[in-house]
Amino acid sequence: MELYATELMGSKTYDASGNYVGKVREFFIEPAEAPNRVSHFLLSRGHFQPLVAKHNQVASVTAGKLDLNVSERALELYQPNEALLAVQKDLLDQQIIDTRGRKVVRVNDLDLAEQRLNGNVELRLTQVDVGLPGAVRRLLQGVMPPKVIRKLQSRLPQSSIRWEFVNLIEPDPLRRVKLRITHEKLEDLHPADLAEIMEDLSATERQSIIASLDEETAAAVLGELDARLTTQIVEDLDPEKAADIIEEMAPDAAADLLADLSKETSEELLHEMPGQEADEVRELLEFDPSTAGGMMNTDFVFVSENSTRGEILEWLGKQELNFDQLDTIVLLDSKAQYSGAVPVARLLLAAQEERVGALKMDPVLSLGPDADEKEVFELFDKYNLRMLTVVDKESRPVGAITVDDVVSRLVK
Amino acid sequence: MDWGILKSGVEGLQSHGSDLQKRLRGLRRRLTLLLAVVGPGLITSNVDNDAGGISVYTQAGAQYGYALLWSLIPMTIALYVTEEMCARMGVVTGKGLSDLIREEFGFRPTFFVMVMGFFVDLANVVAEFAGVAAAMQIFHVSKYVAVPIAAILVWILVIRGTYRQVEVIFLFACILYLSYVFSAVFAKPDWLIAAKQTVIPTLHWDSGFLVMLTGLVGTTIAPWQFFYLQAGFVEKKVGPRQYPQAKADVLIGSISCMVIVFFIIICCAATLYVSGHRDITDAGQAAQALFPLAGKGAGILFAFGLLNASLFAASILPLSTAHVICEGLGFEAGLDHKFRDAPIFYWLYTVLIVVGAGVVLLPNAPLWKILIFSQVGNGIWLPVVVIFILLLVNRRDLMGEYVNTTTFNVVAWVTAIAMIVLTLVLTYTALFQHAPPSAT
Repeated sequence: MELYATELMGSKTYDASGNYVGKVREFFIEPAEAPNRVSHFLLSRGHFQPLVAKHNQVASVTAGKLDLNVSERALELYQPNEALLAVQKDLLDQQIIDTRGRKVVRVNDLDLAEQRLNGNVELRLTQVDVGLPGAVRRLLQGVMPPKVIRKLQSRLPQSSIRWEFVNLIEPDPLRRVKLRITHEKLEDLHPADLAEIMEDLSATERQSIIASLDEETAAAVLGELDARLTTQIVEDLDPEKAADIIEEMAPDAAADLLADLSKETSEELLHEMPGQEADEVRELLEFDPSTAGGMMNTDFVFVSENSTRGEILEWLGKQELNFDQLDTIVLLDSKAQYSGAVPVARLLLAAQEERVGALKMDPVLSLGPDADEKEVFELFDKYNLRMLTVVDKESRPVGAITVDDVVSRLVK
Repeated sequence: MDWGILKSGVEGLQSHGSDLQKRLRGLRRRLTLLLAVVGPGLITSNVDNDAGGISVYTQAGAQYGYALLWSLIPMTIALYVTEEMCARMGVVTGKGLSDLIREEFGFRPTFFVMVMGFFVDLANVVAEFAGVAAAMQIFHVSKYVAVPIAAILVWILVIRGTYRQVEVIFLFACILYLSYVFSAVFAKPDWLIAAKQTVIPTLHWDSGFLVMLTGLVGTTIAPWQFFYLQAGFVEKKVGPRQYPQAKADVLIGSISCMVIVFFIIICCAATLYVSGHRDITDAGQAAQALFPLAGKGAGILFAFGLLNASLFAASILPLSTAHVICEGLGFEAGLDHKFRDAPIFYWLYTVLIVVGAGVVLLPNAPLWKILIFSQVGNGIWLPVVVIFILLLVNRRDLMGEYVNTTTFNVVAWVTAIAMIVLTLVLTYTALFQHAPPSAT
């Protein structure tokens, strides 16, 4: 039988001898023991201190009535316990993350299912109701009899999320541990979806989620998040943690992030980063953001134009590269100057012994770091580029602009 | 033959940008930061001077001359104190007011606030379109032409614009309020008396005076402002580090609002009161009466000010209401969402505009009754919202170190109680005394 949290709240509770004990004011889940079992019921008794009934003390439950299988004397007095998730206080009307729908929603009501076990009845939390039926139940509970409310709400469109797809939001890290809240499910989401979810949360909640994600995921999310929020988050993080996250970002994304911070903060963070990465980012920060230098990334793959496909593939296999860097390969001539670019697709279809220089794109395009971003956009558009190399005065490649950088700029 | 991955091949590149350029960039950055925050406070306070508000101020000036000017300073303080708390909550928690009310007080209180908000704001929207009709009448345009056009303009502005675009237009409208300053100057008021009356309180003990006083307060502090203000800072993603700029925005807004009220009152005092036209009951009448008394310039500017205020408020009130309801029920809300991402938000907005404009176009529109209704509704709504705000802003688990200091709490609670008492008095008179209606 299905029961709703709103129907359970305020239920009159009777003990095994039929004596009235009190009303259900709150009920709890103990994630450390069982992830979705209702473990404790708080029974209020007017002026007296409230009592607690445990999950194995319940004989039967219906909307508005709770029967225990022990006498009132067997019940304990209520003591606050942070390891317990309180449904009324921590769940109802609060925001949670729907990891399946990839959005933030507000809890209207909860669906409970009955389970019979050795003469007890246990309640399990099955779904979180975020739609109109839950809202109607909350509004009318206590005002109309439960049967009438049930009939009313059955006609409304349902909107529920299964409990296993719910990720709770709890800013306090200690309580997160006690409640066994992890963000593994969040790490499986695409960073862009996670960033969108985070935009719907409050400042402290955002902070707590970033702090609990692994650095790689955090870096990816910060790259997708609105710049104003990213600035707030980074400014409130420990410099070491912030630096760890920034290290995981591509240098151009890191430079964009640091450019938005105050000079002192950005210097502090650069100080915490390993020398080589910090220097790269510092160099990028020197460029005006609206020039080619301000858009480019200093991580890219370059090879000699005389290498063969076979040699390149063998070498690439031994490196740890991420896929963004592999889209187009930059070629150098014997004087280590820029000689062209080869999309990996062309490399794919070539013969093993083919010289990669023969595969390069025509015309050979590049620009200097001082070029205006409008020039960059025009080149990308005219030649349908996915990557454009940036060269210095001696024609040596210093960075690469990829199409996603261009798209981000244009969308702003 | 070089292979490899270029990790830092940028040595030797000269640092671009001279020292001066860097300093200019820094200054530009700080200015951008300030401008990025300013907006919600300025807009909210100025929309205070909407059609209904202007009607009250013109009556105050026409009936009592300069005698009510002293109430402006206390009102500025009251406005600033309450708005600042909402700004602080928005900036520190990053959540809107109805979000916070829902999370801390539960579903039913939120539902109550939303329903009250809907009806009171709807009545106010009707008043705004009535203001548009009255202003355009002075320019000899029939209300059947003016109101639909105004409704469509206002609707397109919000549906098509992003938060930033709409905000820029609203800020521009704020500047247009200066027309009242010029209008007042043309009216050649007695600046000395006006200045004296602003600082020295005078109390007449007739009921009309007291009703006018409560009407002034009731029209200045309206709950929809709190929701809009807080939602504005949340939508602009203003963080705790920019709290000083947010405070500055609210302060400038409150002061500029009262400055405009000052000029409206003295404009009417110098012309209508002095010449005996003391029974003006709304801004439209006032603008017309100004023509012979202070010249065409004053009259036109006054009417123009009324039109600006009405259009402005007619855009913001439905927006604020839509925010309140969507936030409370958990729907997506905000101008930065597209129509299909936040359909309920945009539909609510549309309904409010259509019904608001529609009522004005009815042949025997019961505007009197609607205004009284909005006052009564406000009398119920305002105390509840103000008390919620005071409770929320003192919660340490929400606001951290940004809770009210004891001094601020004293000031805030005194202000709140004074506002509540005055609003209740106003409601009482509106319901039982059938005094000449002062619009909210």
